[in-house]
Amino acid sequence: MSYLELTRMAGAEAILAIAVVLVLFFDLYVVRDQTHGTRRGFAAALSVIGCVAGLMFVKLMGGEGEAPGGMLVLDDLTRIAKMSVLGIAAFAILLSADNDFTPHVGEYYALMLTAVIGMALMVSAENLLMMFVALELASLSLYILVGFNKHCAKSSEAALKYFLFGGMSAAFMLFGLSLLYGLSGSLELDAIARSMRHQGADPLTLAAMVMVLIGFGFKVAVVPFHLWAPDAYEGAPTSSAALVATGSKVAAFFLMAKFVMTAFPESLGNGGWRAFEAGWAPAAAALAALSMIIGNLGALAQTSVKRLLAYSAIANAGYAMMGLLGNSGQGMASVMFFAVTYAAATLGAFGVVAAVERNRGGDKLTDFAGLQKDSPWLSFFMMVFLLSLAGIPPLAGFFGKFYLFAAAVNGGQDLSLMWLVIVAVAMSSVSLYYYLQPLKQIYVVDRPAGAGEFKGGFALWLGLVGLAAAVVAFGCAPDLLVECLVGGGY
Amino acid sequence: MDDFGASCLSLIVPVTFLGAAVIGLVRMPDEDVRRVALGTALIGLVLGLLGTCSFAHIDGPAIAVLHDCVWVKSLGVRFLLAVDGISLTMVLLTGFAATAGVLFSWNVDKRVREFFALYFALIGGVYGVFMSLDLFLLFVFYELAIIPKYFLIAIWGSGERRYAAMKLALYSFVGSAMVLAGMVAVYVAAGAETMNLIELAAKAREGAFSESFQAWAFPLIFVGFAILAGLWPFHTWAPTGHSAAPTAGSMLLAGVVMKLGAYGALRVAVALFPAGLAQWADAIALLAVTGIVYGAGVALVQRDFKFVIGYSSVSHMGFVILGLVTLNEVGLSGAVLQMFSHGIIAGLLFGVVGRMVYERAHTRQLTMLECMGLSKALPFAMGTFVIAGFASMGMPGFSGFVAEVQVLVGAWDASPKFALLAGVGIVIGVAYTLRAMNQVFFSDAKPQHELTVPPTKPISLPEMIGAVLLIACTLGIGLYPRILLDLIVPALHNDLFQAMWGGGGL
Repeated sequence: MSYLELTRMAGAEAILAIAVVLVLFFDLYVVRDQTHGTRRGFAAALSVIGCVAGLMFVKLMGGEGEAPGGMLVLDDLTRIAKMSVLGIAAFAILLSADNDFTPHVGEYYALMLTAVIGMALMVSAENLLMMFVALELASLSLYILVGFNKHCAKSSEAALKYFLFGGMSAAFMLFGLSLLYGLSGSLELDAIARSMRHQGADPLTLAAMVMVLIGFGFKVAVVPFHLWAPDAYEGAPTSSAALVATGSKVAAFFLMAKFVMTAFPESLGNGGWRAFEAGWAPAAAALAALSMIIGNLGALAQTSVKRLLAYSAIANAGYAMMGLLGNSGQGMASVMFFAVTYAAATLGAFGVVAAVERNRGGDKLTDFAGLQKDSPWLSFFMMVFLLSLAGIPPLAGFFGKFYLFAAAVNGGQDLSLMWLVIVAVAMSSVSLYYYLQPLKQIYVVDRPAGAGEFKGGFALWLGLVGLAAAVVAFGCAPDLLVECLVGGGY
Repeated sequence: MDDFGASCLSLIVPVTFLGAAVIGLVRMPDEDVRRVALGTALIGLVLGLLGTCSFAHIDGPAIAVLHDCVWVKSLGVRFLLAVDGISLTMVLLTGFAATAGVLFSWNVDKRVREFFALYFALIGGVYGVFMSLDLFLLFVFYELAIIPKYFLIAIWGSGERRYAAMKLALYSFVGSAMVLAGMVAVYVAAGAETMNLIELAAKAREGAFSESFQAWAFPLIFVGFAILAGLWPFHTWAPTGHSAAPTAGSMLLAGVVMKLGAYGALRVAVALFPAGLAQWADAIALLAVTGIVYGAGVALVQRDFKFVIGYSSVSHMGFVILGLVTLNEVGLSGAVLQMFSHGIIAGLLFGVVGRMVYERAHTRQLTMLECMGLSKALPFAMGTFVIAGFASMGMPGFSGFVAEVQVLVGAWDASPKFALLAGVGIVIGVAYTLRAMNQVFFSDAKPQHELTVPPTKPISLPEMIGAVLLIACTLGIGLYPRILLDLIVPALHNDLFQAMWGGGGL
């Protein structure tokens, strides 16, 4: 493999790394003396440009390839996943441009970009070591981002919780990976699959698999590895929480799906009703069911919208796990479609929450009262995002769910996975209740006295319009994304 | 059907949503908003009438495809709009109810643009359901209608509006969640390549759905849809929702939204799962009959005028559900006719109760209304309510009579005991209607305190037009039911229902 080839394959990451350096450099030497707003605008613009440039590079350079040992793999599906992650990150950064909680502007955006590099590498890794390194790069950056608001004790608490849970699950994962390496003698996913083809589901393989699933479970926040999520989302600066909830999840879901489907096509097992068979499928089914139940029921009691979104994230991770059970190209496509559209809607919702926090001083449900009077468009966007999360057509979340359910049931034999679909739809009816709570405040409850003019920067509106357009477009014409994902082939 | 008719019908959905968008986005004075709203509703009605005329000329059992293109290629989902006689009946009903609803909400003055924008978003969804032949598309439109309902009730309603709105939204959503689960199962069981209802019906006929599959898929989908049709014991959203809703909201809820459920149950559950229907027909008929008798009985003891009408809707929708499971031509066509008839009559009743009386008397308590001498103060309201009440009781000459008799005959053919029980419901129906009529309009009670001053504002022109429109409909169909039956009966033999006739009903 020539260097030229390597540059082409890791081009997006390279561009992002350059952007990191540029952001730090400009903030330190060029705009140091300017106002906070200018510095922020400058750093955010540079970071967004970095992400978009990376995205364009992936889109335009195209091609397929693989670095030795599966260190970096580029094929159609990987490229789409990478572009999605970069796009989501660009929006996350865009929505963070109004932040004024920290004087360390350059460092904040540099860390955001390193997290994005980690996510981009996660997407294209098919090697155990590379997987772990990429995961850790993303995680370590995110730990710091969560604790970045130094004046707020909650932020530090959130970071500590996130870090402790993260460190623990990383240890599990590393142990699982080392077992896998010991069993198969290889670090490359394909080679692992080949060497374990005839081993079936022996206990050690299962133990390794479960440990790796724990690591992933933490990243995507499925029950019972979810406990950090509500606190981290609530305490973290909203823009950091948005990145944790979206970009990192999309990348982790892609990696997890690729990992279980590539490395363990044989030890799938069966998670069907009365058809139980040991393997990763029943584990995934159990995680999915638990997350859907606990996430949705937990959200009912929340009064903070950020915590509500955290529980909704847990529930949505549960839905997305169902797609893994499809264990097919359809399953993969459905997970990715769901993750991307979920990320768009969640990111948008966080953007609105951040704007409300800045103008009304909190993210409690009651802080949203009568918002439609102050800012009809912000309210409308919030409605689009929340209804998409609730799965109301014609928004993207609805099609995402349907696609997941269809793929999951189609993957199991004889409709044996219908039990999971029934749990999912039952729980999604619960979810409508809590998604309607903020909307009720916004549209039905009267505005409190004293609330007034709403301020939002250009970046906020640009971000919200883009995300809302994406949510509507992917809902009305899902083929825009589905065809790419299916065409990408798996 | 000629091209002109087809293009008329295919315009209805876009025109309605366009109306919603224009009203929602363009700033204009309230008076103009109402005019645009009336215009949108009328265009929908006229397009529906034109399409129906052109359809009625030629096609008997045919299904006329209006629009067909690929929507999601890899799943085989199509954007497929088509009509047959049954859907046309429902489209007409929606047109009439929507027009009357606009006329009866002429006095809305709070957030008018939002009100009518949501109103037409709801109507657009309803039209869409009645015209889609692709199961996925049907479901999309079906769910689209939930959210506008929530806001219409929660913002413009009265009484316990937020509670009622949330209850209604959750019941609807639970119902549609059940349908969604069933839909996924049907899709996968039929080979995961199509959602076209005709193709699914063909597969059902070839035996793609095993008997054990139908045994659970049928109740899942049927009950899922029937929750919205007010099937007892899942009906409790209906009375609270109807009474809390603003007048146009109740008119639409009782008039067309409940029909969405019945229509879905007929088109999907009954049409695709004959074996499932055969197993469950008795149980569902029992629930339907219970609903008829229970709804009527509860209506008899209500103190709130609007709740009387709310429970009467539960009772009347029981006839629709009973008709669906008789699985004979008379019963099924009676069910469809009852959907139309109840839509019109319920709209009329809610118009009188919610708009003409409540907006003027500001109370719905029967004991307070009886002291107001409403027959003198509001003679027009009295006249309308008497006519609507007779129609609702099933007096010959009104549409309710034809429809309920057909359902009863169908049920008698299938299983006389259910017909007898349903007959009891009709008798109680006469009682509660007369009781309410007597108490509100013909009571001699004297005013006891100053709250019961008779209202002075006269009935306005839009209200009169709306009432006359609906009365004309119910009379027209009552006197000459063949206008609709000629559409409905042939449609029961088209490709969609081929699988159905193979199974057994009650």
